[in-house]
Amino acid sequence: MDLRYTDAVPSDAEREAVDALLGPPPSGWEGGAERTDEDLRWAKGGASAARDRRDQLLPALHTVNDRVGWISEGALNYICRRLTVPPAEAYGVATFYAMFSVRPRPAKVLHVCTDLACAARGSAAVCTDLTDRLGPPGTPAEGAVWQESPCLGLCERAPAALLLQAGAEPSGAEPSGADGNTDAGSGSGSGSGETFRHSAVVAPATASALVAAARSPLDAPAEPSPAAAVPQAGDPALVLLRRVGTVDPASLDDYRAAGGYSALRRAFALGPAGVIREVLDAGLVGRGGAAFPTGRKWQATAQQADGPHYLVCNADESEPGTFKDRVLMEGDPYALIEAMTVAGYAIGARQGYIYLRGEYPRAHERLAHALTSARTRGLLGPDVLGQGYAFDIEIRRGAGAYICGEETAIFNSIEGQRGEPRSKPPFPVEKGLFGKPTAVNNVETLVNVLPILEHGAAAYAATGTETSTGTKLFCVSGQVARPGVYELPFGANLRDLLDLAGPPERLRAVLLGGAAGGFVRPDELDVPLTFEGTRAAGTTLGSGVVLVLDDTVELPRVLLRIAEFFRDESCGQCVPCRVGTVRQEEALHRIVDRTGAAAAEDIALMREVGQAMRDASICGLGQTAWNAVESAIDRLGVYK
Amino acid sequence: MTAVPLQPPRRLVSFTLDGEESRVPEGSTILDACRSAGTDIPTLCQGDTLTPKNACRVCVVEVEGARTLAPACSRRAEPGMTVRTDTERAKHSRKVVLELLASSTDLSTTPRAAEWIKEYEAKPDRFGEDAARVDEQPKIDNDLYVRDYDKCILCYKCVDACGEQWQNTFAIAVSGRGFDARISTEHDAALPDSACVFCGNCIEVCPTGALSFSTEFGMRAAGTWDEPAQTQTTTVCAYCGVGCNVTLHVQDNEIVKVTSPHDNPVTHGNLCIKGRFGFQHVQNRD
Repeated sequence: MDLRYTDAVPSDAEREAVDALLGPPPSGWEGGAERTDEDLRWAKGGASAARDRRDQLLPALHTVNDRVGWISEGALNYICRRLTVPPAEAYGVATFYAMFSVRPRPAKVLHVCTDLACAARGSAAVCTDLTDRLGPPGTPAEGAVWQESPCLGLCERAPAALLLQAGAEPSGAEPSGADGNTDAGSGSGSGSGETFRHSAVVAPATASALVAAARSPLDAPAEPSPAAAVPQAGDPALVLLRRVGTVDPASLDDYRAAGGYSALRRAFALGPAGVIREVLDAGLVGRGGAAFPTGRKWQATAQQADGPHYLVCNADESEPGTFKDRVLMEGDPYALIEAMTVAGYAIGARQGYIYLRGEYPRAHERLAHALTSARTRGLLGPDVLGQGYAFDIEIRRGAGAYICGEETAIFNSIEGQRGEPRSKPPFPVEKGLFGKPTAVNNVETLVNVLPILEHGAAAYAATGTETSTGTKLFCVSGQVARPGVYELPFGANLRDLLDLAGPPERLRAVLLGGAAGGFVRPDELDVPLTFEGTRAAGTTLGSGVVLVLDDTVELPRVLLRIAEFFRDESCGQCVPCRVGTVRQEEALHRIVDRTGAAAAEDIALMREVGQAMRDASICGLGQTAWNAVESAIDRLGVYK
Repeated sequence: MTAVPLQPPRRLVSFTLDGEESRVPEGSTILDACRSAGTDIPTLCQGDTLTPKNACRVCVVEVEGARTLAPACSRRAEPGMTVRTDTERAKHSRKVVLELLASSTDLSTTPRAAEWIKEYEAKPDRFGEDAARVDEQPKIDNDLYVRDYDKCILCYKCVDACGEQWQNTFAIAVSGRGFDARISTEHDAALPDSACVFCGNCIEVCPTGALSFSTEFGMRAAGTWDEPAQTQTTTVCAYCGVGCNVTLHVQDNEIVKVTSPHDNPVTHGNLCIKGRFGFQHVQNRD
């Protein structure tokens, strides 16, 4: 490998941040102060050396970005030296993610969500006010810069904003979850004598609250408890959400007292094949949107002769309007860890990864704390529960890329490559993370494994319908009285769900399944919320998004926002998606105020482009980028 | 004569291609099968010396039972598969993909692009005059070759050739995302400041002319580039003893560029800076 670096050197802070992650450089070849005589007796490098630690690239970029706020040429050089990564490739990775900047910017970056749910609840007004007070987006003022952001997953408290502050961790700081102070704000802000906070969530947001938070992140109001996102909290009928709000998410004892770790004990009693049989019999299908049978995925992974096997939890929840996984991870983090341990045991994995959205600081902190305490108590590590099974979990933070929720893009992202999806076949069960057999499951899917093992497959399958078993989480947002995460047995219909959430007086449409889903008319509320029922009705459950819009919403603007989202989030790898999403957005811009014959030509154009995107794109992003727009045209008659 | 190394025998796979029973060696792609059956499928990003990246999606075909279309260049033929290359769906996708590409990039130096645009009745103009384009100025930062990313379709072939598939130099990669993605060095540095060793193997694999010899770029700008008038002579590079084959492209008795035969077992189309660019001394007549 021809490694060549520019003359730019890292600042002390950048070097310190990278060394804190990777340890001090072992030799002059890796950026140590000088080459010793010993260094000169051997040569380091080559393609194999690079592959060994390439997966630390994303964490290393994060550590510099967290510390300094952006990634300089010197910092990139240093990271590349430490990891033997070609600088051009590392630059390609750094520029792929929205949360990183390769240009100088202030330490404080305020992300203001302008996506569907927030737009429906007034984000445009917040942005106008912010422009008056802080200047237009992207212009630094008073040590901070604000920018518009895709969905932050805080839809129940829309409009939402997230403030990220770069800087050094104060020495001796404890993460706030560790002292049991569970409802303190996110970031490392609750230790004694601290004057620093990495992140603050302001939701619902007003311009004045945002300006105040940007001036002094420490004074930002504390986030409400995750239970506030669960209007049904305390309802004994809840299965997946039953512990959210009733147990302390920082306490392993609380979790165990509430029935935690009985599923794992049952799993050990059943053996891996027995666990897979239970999951198959329960009829569990994936909740991430594709609805693939989980048991079959596990079985296929477990059967692969090649090893090691990996388990990846897809916690990169970025679909606009989706926040159920965040609520689960913040409110019941041990449940995910126990479920992953069960899944890892079933598929024969010794290592699991949680690929977590970069925009979820509180979930990160809660999970990190839960992992540490589970390890301390022997529930993770070389000998889980004394059963001779070795399993551990690592959290990998995403850095702002919706595409990284695609199962194969996750692998590239973890491996330190650009988060571009891979072509299938080969499928992940055969060649996944690091080219090895891998099972990828969504957070909600995994948490379903616990009630299956606790009460048995038959009891689980008794809930729901024949082909959609169990319960489902729905993320209800938009113009409803009580937005939040709802849990209902499969088979309830949309009207039941809206009645719980308090529908608007004059309902215009419901977006079901998110930006990749479809619209439902007010006269179609009897659609059963099952995989087969929504499919029959020509829509999809997707990731459980139920975005409710009343007649004050301008639908053409909503569609434009959806199109902008796909254009922004396309990875750019294949032509139909890279250019098609741009052409779709252009056409929607042209017809935003038009109807009938004046819009017909552009609609016909979008149909043609949409069909090609659906047929010829590499991955689901491009394949679904036209769904919502098409359904708005055909079912809502939006441009008639 | 070119020596062709013998491969171990491979089993044959039978599948149905456009209604005909087809038997191809195991591991063949649908595109391989089509080519051996004499069926022409357009493709821009497929290259004979590189692993297909299947990014351009021009070669999509319909595989029975599949929800989406499959790229013929990388999908392997499987026993019992039924493939149709000429369905309305496949032709529609090809047409639209050609339109999307031609409306956003300059395909004027892409071989066969104009022919396919005509064949599929693609109308790149119909996205309107304001349709976003790549809109890049040529990058001229060295004397040997020019990067004109206005012509780049992001097929990743240059990245693969520069990286682990051939040269192992890793001077360029894709940066940015979506429509803003570009082939780039680190921090967009000029090529002489990058790891580039000027082997020119990226030019060899570029399917659109986005990468070209300075000689060719200059002659095109001056209107003197005349490909039909050029002769090609393949000879052995005289710089060292490896024995690489070089093909000299000569116009008006001047060498205008150098390529290397892809089927040569020594080079597979690759050269070094001397073989690729060191031709001026031959024609220095002073």
